[in-house]
Amino acid sequence: MMTKNNLLTIENLSVSYGGIKAVKGISLTVPEGEIVTLIGANGAGKSTILRTIAGLVKPESGKISYRGEDITGISTTSIVEKGITLVPEGRRVFPDLTVLENLKIGAYLRKDNLQDDINRVYKLFPRLQERSWQLAGTLSGGEQQMLAVGRALMSRPKLIMMDEPSLGLAPIIVNDIMNIITTVNKEEGMTILLVEQNANLALRIAHRGYVCETGRITMEGTGMELLNDENVKAAYLGKSKNK
Amino acid sequence: MTLSTLFQHILTGISLGGAYALIAIGYTMVYGILRLINFAHGDIFMMAGYFMIFAMVSLPWQIAIPLVCIITVILGVVIERVAYKPLRSAPRMSIMISAIAISYLLQNLATYLFTALPRAFPEIPFLKKIFQIGNVSSSLVTFITPILTIILVVGLMFLINHTKIGMAMRAVSKDFETAQLMGIRINNVISATFAIGSFLAAVGAILYFTDRMSVTPFSGMLPGLKCFVAAVLGGIGSIPGAMVGGFVIGLCETILVAMGYSTFSDAFTFTLLIIILLFRPTGLFGEKIIDKV
Repeated sequence: MMTKNNLLTIENLSVSYGGIKAVKGISLTVPEGEIVTLIGANGAGKSTILRTIAGLVKPESGKISYRGEDITGISTTSIVEKGITLVPEGRRVFPDLTVLENLKIGAYLRKDNLQDDINRVYKLFPRLQERSWQLAGTLSGGEQQMLAVGRALMSRPKLIMMDEPSLGLAPIIVNDIMNIITTVNKEEGMTILLVEQNANLALRIAHRGYVCETGRITMEGTGMELLNDENVKAAYLGKSKNK
Repeated sequence: MTLSTLFQHILTGISLGGAYALIAIGYTMVYGILRLINFAHGDIFMMAGYFMIFAMVSLPWQIAIPLVCIITVILGVVIERVAYKPLRSAPRMSIMISAIAISYLLQNLATYLFTALPRAFPEIPFLKKIFQIGNVSSSLVTFITPILTIILVVGLMFLINHTKIGMAMRAVSKDFETAQLMGIRINNVISATFAIGSFLAAVGAILYFTDRMSVTPFSGMLPGLKCFVAAVLGGIGSIPGAMVGGFVIGLCETILVAMGYSTFSDAFTFTLLIIILLFRPTGLFGEKIIDKV
C-alpha cells in the first residue's frame, strides 16, 4: 500500500493530435512531496501528457484526478487555480516583459500581496534580482529557465510540471537547473513532475521514474532502480547491455 | 496662402488626424493581439455615428455620448465573440474573411435599416461653439479632438504598461498558450481589447461626424481604410505609432485639399501605403524582431 498521498493520478489516458494517437492509455501517479520523472525519446508523448494535465489539450479518454478530484478536461485557468502549473518546453518567458513583470504575471490569479513571494524567488535565484528591470528576452538561456521556474513558483502551486528544463542549455547550467529542482522540492516541499530527455540526470534526482515509449509507459520504478536497469541503460543512458 | 489660413488648415488637419488616430488604434490593438486586420472596424465606427443620431433624438448629449460609447463597445465585443472567437484555431485567412463578411454585413444592415440616404448628424451645441485664437477661428470640436486624442492615448499607454489587464494584454499578444498557463483567460483579454478599440472608435465617430454633419452606411469605408494605412504607417501593433500615423495622414490630406489637390488626397494616402510597404514594412514604430534562440 501507498504510504504517501497521491497528489495526481492518471488512469488510462489517451490523447490524439489531428488523428494521430500520441498517448495510448497511460497510467501514472505522482505522490505528494516527490520528484517524479517521465523519461523517453523524442516524440514518445511525454510533452503531450503534461500539456493534457495542464488543460491545453483535451484528452480522448481516461481520467486525471488531483487530490481525489476529477479534473479531466477542465480549463487551464481552473487547473492553475487548483495549484498545478506547467513550466513549458523552451521556457517561454515573455520576452518584452521585464523580469519582475514575468514574475508578477506568474501570480496572475492571486489577489494578495506578492512581495514575500518575489523575495523568495529572488533568494532562490539572486541573478534574477540583479536583472529585475531587464527585459526577459535579453536574458541568457539559463537565466530564462530560472525565470520560468520562478514564474511558476509565483502562483504558489502544489505541483510543478517541467517540460525539458535542460533543453538547449550548457552542461554546467544543466547541473544548476537540476540543483534548483532538488532545492525547490526539498526546501519548498514542492511536488514535481519532470519530463526529460536527459534521463541520466533526471533519474538521479527523481524519487520515481516512468519510461515512456511511443505513447505507452513501458517501465516504472524508483529513480535508482531505473538507473541500474539494463534496458534503460542501453536505451537512454548510452551504455551497452551486459557489460 | 497667408499665415493664418495656413494655421487654420493645420488645425483642421490635426483635428481630422486626431479622429483618424482614435480609429487607427483600434486596428493596431486588435492586430497586436490577434494578428487580425479587423476590416469591420470602420463599419463599427459608422454604426457609432448612427447610434449617436438615434440617441440624440430623445436624449441630451451628456447622456447620449456615454450611451453611444457603451452600445458601440457591446457591438464590438459581440462581433468578436460571434465572428472571430469560433475561428481562433482556424487558419488566419479564415478569420480575415470573416472580418470582411462582418464589414459588408454591417454596411448592408445599415442600408436596410436606415436607407442609403445621408442622415443628418445631430449638433452637439457646445462642440459647435466657435472658438477663436488670434486670427484662427474654428468650432470647439476642432480644438478638442487632438487634445482628447492625446489624453486617451496617454491613458491607454498607462493602462497597458502599468495595470494587470495591460500586462495580460502584452502577454497574450506574444504567446497565447503561455499566457493561458499563467491562468489568464485569454478570451476575456481579447474581449477587453475589442472593447477598448470600439470605445475609441465611438469617440472618434462622434468627433468626426460632428465636423461632417451626415452619416451614410458607407461612411465608415474610406475613413476605415485610411486609418488602417495610418496604423501601418505608424507600425502595426504600436499604439503611439497609430496615433502619429493618424495625425500625419490627417494633416497631409487637409493640406493637399487646401492646396487645391483634393482629387488626389485619397490617392495620396494609398500611395503612401504602397511606399511604406515597399521601403519600411514595419512602419515608423513597428515591432522590432529580437528573438533570442
